[in-house]
Amino acid sequence: MRCAEFVELVTAYLDGALDERSHARFERHLRRCEGCERYLEQLRAVGPAVGALPPQPLPGEDRDRLLAVFRDWHEA
Amino acid sequence: MASLPADTEIVAALRAGDEAMFAALVDAWSRNLLWLARSYVSTDASAQEVLQDTWLGVLHGLGGFQGRSSFKTWVYRILINTAKRRGVRESRTVPWSSIDGGEPAVDPGRFRLGHWREPPAAWPSAEGEALVREAGEQLARALATLPPRQRAVIVLRDAEGYSADEVCELLGITAVNQRVLLHRARAALRNRVERYFVTMAGRP
Ligand SMILES: [Zn+2]
Repeated sequence: MRCAEFVELVTAYLDGALDERSHARFERHLRRCEGCERYLEQLRAVGPAVGALPPQPLPGEDRDRLLAVFRDWHEA
Repeated sequence: MASLPADTEIVAALRAGDEAMFAALVDAWSRNLLWLARSYVSTDASAQEVLQDTWLGVLHGLGGFQGRSSFKTWVYRILINTAKRRGVRESRTVPWSSIDGGEPAVDPGRFRLGHWREPPAAWPSAEGEALVREAGEQLARALATLPPRQRAVIVLRDAEGYSADEVCELLGITAVNQRVLLHRARAALRNRVERYFVTMAGRP
């Protein structure tokens, strides 16, 4: 397997979606190639990092409009 | 992230008119809901209207929430239906399958004969939370500028924690599409972080 192919298969590998043969080729390459090992590590870190980003609040007026929707609904 | 109470408590509080509870949901969920809406409609303003219609639909439909899925998933389903209807009205019905296959995860110039010219450099941190401390701003900015469908998938998978199967079911897309979109999204974010660390390393 070449590195250019390896980098396209990382997400499939992490999801356990590679067929048996591709999985074996992928891991064989991984054992031999430091660059790809590092790429895998870095791509694997992105998911948890996205999960750890703080929630972004809405702009004040959009938020106020939603709260008004709630009040109208409750009063109706 | 402040944690929310159990679904039954949330629903009871909303029915009782607890505005603080509603505000807490709006603050915690709106960004991701908006981003998902934006993958069905063509402007941010439309997505904002979808969000408002969604919350209205949620409130009016509260009595119908059976707890078969989580409350949040129920809200997501209402959002997706609302956004789809709106997308159809805008005649923006690009099927999710006809998208985004082309771009490689890594710039082809990084390879020679298929192998790394120069392998990726080590990062100061390659672990989720540390990465956010080091490069959170870069990640957030990259996420905000992803193509909407890639962003919808990475948010559902990596921020909301849905499985691949759940995302396929929610969005009505194939396993292959789901994976391609997720891979493009993660690769784009990784590239952004890499560029940032390279720039930082180059500074005296
Ligand atoms: Zn390699």
